[in-house]
Amino acid sequence: MSVPSPIHLAVALDGAGWHPAAWREASARPDELLTPGYWAELVVEAERGLLDFVTIEDAFLLQSSQWGRPDERTDQVRGRLDAVLIAARVAPLTSRIGIVATATTTHTEPFHVSKAIATLDYVSSGRAGWRVQVGAHPGEAELFGRRDIPEFSPGDLDDPAVRALIAELFDEAADHVEVVRRLWDSWDDDAEIRDAATGRFVDRDRLHYIDFVGSRFSVRGPSIVPRPPQGQPVVVVLAHVPVAFRLAGRAADVALVTPHDRADIAPILEEGLPPHVFGELVVFLDDDAGDAAARKARLDELDGSEYVSDAEIFVGTPAQLADRLLDWQAAGLTGFRLRPGAIPHDLTAITRALVPELQRRGVFRREYEAPTLRGLLGLSRPANRYASV
Amino acid sequence: MPKQVHLAAHFPGVNNTTVWSDPASGSHIEFESFRHFAQTAERAKFDFLFLAEGLRLREQNGLIYDLDVVGRPDTFTILTALAAVTTHLGLAGTINSTFNEPYEVARQFASLDHLSGGRAAWNVVTSWDAFTGENFRRAGFLAQDLRYERAKLFLETTKELFDSWRGEEIIADKESGVFLTDPHAGEFEHHDAQFDIRGQFNVPRSPQGRPVIFQAGDSEEGREFAASSADAIFSRHGTLEAGQAFYTDVKRRLARYGRGRDELLILPAATFVLADTDADARELADVVRHQQVSGQTAIKLLEQLWNRDLSAYDPDGPLPEIDPDVGENTIAKGRASVRMNKDPLAVAKQWRELAEAKQLSIRELIIETTNRQTFIGSATTIADAIDDLVQRDASDGFILVPHITPGGLDDFADTVVPLLQEKGVFRTEYTGSTLRDHLGLAPLSAGATERAAS
Repeated sequence: MSVPSPIHLAVALDGAGWHPAAWREASARPDELLTPGYWAELVVEAERGLLDFVTIEDAFLLQSSQWGRPDERTDQVRGRLDAVLIAARVAPLTSRIGIVATATTTHTEPFHVSKAIATLDYVSSGRAGWRVQVGAHPGEAELFGRRDIPEFSPGDLDDPAVRALIAELFDEAADHVEVVRRLWDSWDDDAEIRDAATGRFVDRDRLHYIDFVGSRFSVRGPSIVPRPPQGQPVVVVLAHVPVAFRLAGRAADVALVTPHDRADIAPILEEGLPPHVFGELVVFLDDDAGDAAARKARLDELDGSEYVSDAEIFVGTPAQLADRLLDWQAAGLTGFRLRPGAIPHDLTAITRALVPELQRRGVFRREYEAPTLRGLLGLSRPANRYASV
Repeated sequence: MPKQVHLAAHFPGVNNTTVWSDPASGSHIEFESFRHFAQTAERAKFDFLFLAEGLRLREQNGLIYDLDVVGRPDTFTILTALAAVTTHLGLAGTINSTFNEPYEVARQFASLDHLSGGRAAWNVVTSWDAFTGENFRRAGFLAQDLRYERAKLFLETTKELFDSWRGEEIIADKESGVFLTDPHAGEFEHHDAQFDIRGQFNVPRSPQGRPVIFQAGDSEEGREFAASSADAIFSRHGTLEAGQAFYTDVKRRLARYGRGRDELLILPAATFVLADTDADARELADVVRHQQVSGQTAIKLLEQLWNRDLSAYDPDGPLPEIDPDVGENTIAKGRASVRMNKDPLAVAKQWRELAEAKQLSIRELIIETTNRQTFIGSATTIADAIDDLVQRDASDGFILVPHITPGGLDDFADTVVPLLQEKGVFRTEYTGSTLRDHLGLAPLSAGATERAAS
């Protein structure tokens, strides 16, 4: 019998959990969502479970149950903190787990994003990642006032004008990631020489103008931040549609995908994705499957409607989830990003029940095997594209 | 109680004040250096740590400038990480208003303030130069005469965003299912010559309401901007007479905006050389100045005034006989200080006279005329000098700029601070939790300005 290959596991942190009524659970701490202690505890818990990485969600718009516009609801979590800064705040309190922060490409400066993620890599000693997010909401553009994005709804995706708009935003995202990556490489690893004899702190021949010229923007470089510890921090893209698969294939190290059953996986893997393809699952976990279902039903009732998601929703026991993960892994996925339905309940179910279950089955690490996030994902530290050999 | 001294620590910057060639000099990038520096400042009960920013590597004669420390981390990221390893220290950073947008910067500062429990501060600066703009999609679109207008409008806009939440909206009552009491919390609409934005701000009110606002300008416009909108001003006037003149001038302006004298602190930057005796310190100061100004550096600094390539000159020889090129300064890029060379011919004349009178080489002249240390002496001498300047209203305290990273503050913390504490002019424990508390600024009332109505 062949040795099973290890499963990679990430957890997606957002507010009180992914179910909009999760904040009303007995164990939830909805009045602490904006405090550093809350985030530190969640990430420390994830590290206790030896997970590859956590992601921290973000958006410029206030949360809403309606696509792209405010909903006036007062019974759901509203308000959030900048994800890169949450990541920076928890990085010094952890030592092994990867920390992947969401940042948008549509309204941000690639130069700022590049130095922020590079600095996150420094403060975490090589554990940083960036989840690339496109901001297609017209309301988001209005927060910045620098460009107009026409109104559309997800139902219009077959409209040629909407398709063109989305394609344009994803092409822009690809340019953005390209600039960020070039800036990460704009210093050779040994650019800082501190050569007292010649009085030079750096060897300017080991600093590189990136001279990116695109149809949307140009960036000269070099970065103000030396090459980060990982060389290239890990880039993660969530993809549901061809245009996003294409971005993931061009720009990412990890694609997050949303199959709803095993049969969905093979066609997704045809899309030219990066080496790591993680399946997304929203999870509601209890030792008794009936309890998990009842809990999910109770949350649905509190919220007034059945929770729906772009990702498959899994309700059951940690052992059943382990079965599912192994089954989908066999279909070609390399790992999973689990979205806890309620925090901390479903997070601790992952770290304290699912992880031991996977360990028993011989498919999950028993200790961290590498000091960097690239290392945990089995990715080597890449050569610098500019360095002369 | 005597007037209290405020002290802050400036992380050594990317200029020739920072001595990287010293054996004690550590990394300017590794987090460990920042942790050490911040924890020393906090052990010494300083008000805050300050981090400067630059968004393009400097160039001179068309090449990346390689004689000083090059490279630094992202301001927001490092300050927020430092919040994890400190508990009281204020966390202040320069953030440019030209290559950012109010919505994003407001989110970042509100987040830093939440994640540090109310310790955030913002030094608002502007830049117009197309050189830095080449790193940004916005590019260098700002005309020079619009710089204060942009900064002012940027700051006003972010204040509207900070005030768009009053602070009591979130009740998170599990029983009734009411998370927030006002679905319109965060709504804003702002239109002016620079910004045209609307929506709902998505970071609820932070512990301080908004970051403490610093301003660094020295011009007439800069002083007025500070008097109207800032909580503290970084000045360049660390001596008694210049300090008193600046202090009197800026404090006088506050009444015009209905503000009290204590609502704007004046904090000059100050360098220091500390040793066991005054004589030792003087000797060491001379060594440090020679480390800071090598022959090569002297030529480069001279070029910045002359606005010409002077690489053919001997730093140990006399000043050039040719005059400075008085046109637009093109020799040095990405360096704010060259703008302060308002009348290069007059300065050159002054330098020539000084060099002649004292028989100084180029290098010795630069050592003599640029950035001599503010405080030189034993701990007692330095503590006395700081206290004296503060009591005589030359400042409200100092932002100390050590020349060694990260240990350059250690001796000051161990020897000067206890003397100031003995004098009863510096805190022995933090008495509050926010930076506003440390600076003696009253808490902001929630929604100090009305929610933005266009």
